[in-house]
Amino acid sequence: METLYQKLEQDPRYTEGLKACFNCGTCTAVCPAAAVSDYDPRMIIDLVQQKDEAALEQLLRSDTIWMCGECLSCKTRCPRGNTPCYIIQALRALSIEGGFFTDSGQGRKQLALKRTIGEHLLEYGYCIYIDEISLDMYPEQGPVWQWFLDHRSAILERLGASYKMDRAGALRNIDEVTMNELRQIFEESGAMKRFEKIEAASEEYARKTGSRFGEGKDEYFNRLYHGNEAGKNDE
Amino acid sequence: MMNKNENWERYQKEIADDHYYFARSCIRQNFFPAAEDLFMKILRDVLHKDIFDDPKQTSCTGIAYHSGLIPMETTMSVVARQFALMTEAGYRNFVCSCVTSFGIYTEVLETWKHFPDTEKKARDILYRSCGKRFEIPENLVHTSDIIYKFRLDIEKQFRYYLKNQIDGKPIRVVDHIGCHYAKIFPEKGVGGAEYPYVLAGLTDAWGGEQVDYPERRHCCGFGFRQYLLKSNRGYSITNSKRKFDSMEPYRPDVIIANCPGCTYFLDRWQYVIAEMESKTYGENGYGIPVLTYEELAGLLLGYDPWDMGLQLHQVAVEPILEKIGITFDPDQKYTGTNGESMGSPASPLHIKSV
Ligand code: SF4
Ligand code: SF4
Repeated sequence: METLYQKLEQDPRYTEGLKACFNCGTCTAVCPAAAVSDYDPRMIIDLVQQKDEAALEQLLRSDTIWMCGECLSCKTRCPRGNTPCYIIQALRALSIEGGFFTDSGQGRKQLALKRTIGEHLLEYGYCIYIDEISLDMYPEQGPVWQWFLDHRSAILERLGASYKMDRAGALRNIDEVTMNELRQIFEESGAMKRFEKIEAASEEYARKTGSRFGEGKDEYFNRLYHGNEAGKNDE
Repeated sequence: MMNKNENWERYQKEIADDHYYFARSCIRQNFFPAAEDLFMKILRDVLHKDIFDDPKQTSCTGIAYHSGLIPMETTMSVVARQFALMTEAGYRNFVCSCVTSFGIYTEVLETWKHFPDTEKKARDILYRSCGKRFEIPENLVHTSDIIYKFRLDIEKQFRYYLKNQIDGKPIRVVDHIGCHYAKIFPEKGVGGAEYPYVLAGLTDAWGGEQVDYPERRHCCGFGFRQYLLKSNRGYSITNSKRKFDSMEPYRPDVIIANCPGCTYFLDRWQYVIAEMESKTYGENGYGIPVLTYEELAGLLLGYDPWDMGLQLHQVAVEPILEKIGITFDPDQKYTGTNGESMGSPASPLHIKSV
């Protein structure tokens, strides 16, 4: 059986991202995630380069790999040419592929992302879409957004957008041929399989822990999306 | 030693002259729904350039990718499809309207260069799923690069300049570049990562004054999954707040942002901070207005602020309109195409909205 490291080495983001880290901590100094939590990219890179299979597996089951904001500030600054973010991208992919992600509170939230961003792409061809942005889910949008939603057709007409229209322009309907091509790419490139994996592993976790598990924006989704379950590192 | 201005103007990347294939941004279309058409209007009507707006395009999937949701192969194949659409339409210069997309496109091209197998795989997937083939763009830029390149030509047609009509001084402009514009590949951004000049160049050319503040290069705090999940948004607002606190002593008149995501966060988090802590960063109970670069150009060209969608910003833009001396009709702010009234948004408690 392939080891986790063997799998990781097949990901170009891992080979490109990890040269040799000498633990200077520059990445942590510029990191916006480190600025607002006890997250520390330097520790991740150091751990990964130890090549300890058990420690790697533990990392894949932890919240840590999900704390990065993928701003890539660390890429510009690392004096050794590492890219902590690329390594984290490879770790996140492996955590899902290996089914480890449901062992951490942050990892489990991938289901909520699949049921928002993922579904929006498959349904509309946009990663975010006006009709899905409610004040309940995005209260920081403020009263101006509620006004916009209430009068969206008229406002978008004034602004010359193509909302719900079959023509070029902002917020146009994306035609069925295009949508089918996009879905087919998702099928052929592994995104659909990944979505199914996220659903199946999440359902299994819910069953194990006695939570009701349904579809779409159900109670389980809402707990992941709005709240922090038992908080960080709840294992 | 180079002087400061030379530093800021280094890295003059190649920006094509004309004939662009336009790739839209999901965030810009949703949150600033008139901005992209304004950009194309400036290109066509002011600069007389050819730009193609293709209805067959889709999201670049960058936001899903950076949330750790979809495989690299998926994003590469969607990018390949966008390039195929460009090829089919007969264009070679690709321009995208989102900094996340710009990062995605440059990153995919760089990865294909260093790992040719990944390009082959993307080509295979694209052909199997859509029967399409593509050519690599000859020129890949962000929309702001084009505004930057032609900043002096645009300026020739201005009705207004970045001059404060109240005190006669230059307008003080905070620029925010967005991490993925130049932090991933500094040589792909005007000015690089240290001295990004793509927006500062507009400030300089259009009569304003750059605000240099300690957290100028800090992330706006999007963080992808850290914003997209409501439970994680503390990350996002805390990073934005770090920037506001750092810029506040310099009393900026306006913030201009490169990336539609950053524009949105710098706008909305000011509103949230005001509602949570009664703290406002602008003058007289207002926030600091936040504009995209094309909105700023549009205002100076004399386009109507409400036809440009500035009523959809949560932080009121009136303070900057007044400082520049732009004439506008407050009664038209919340009306429809034929001037019909549509009520108005509720007023926030702590930040002035009119
Ligand atoms: S900046 Fe580079 S060398 Fe320094 S700790 Fe981070 S990854 Fe290691
Ligand atoms: S990409 Fe992640 S690890 Fe790197 S600086 Fe940004 S938040 Fe930190």
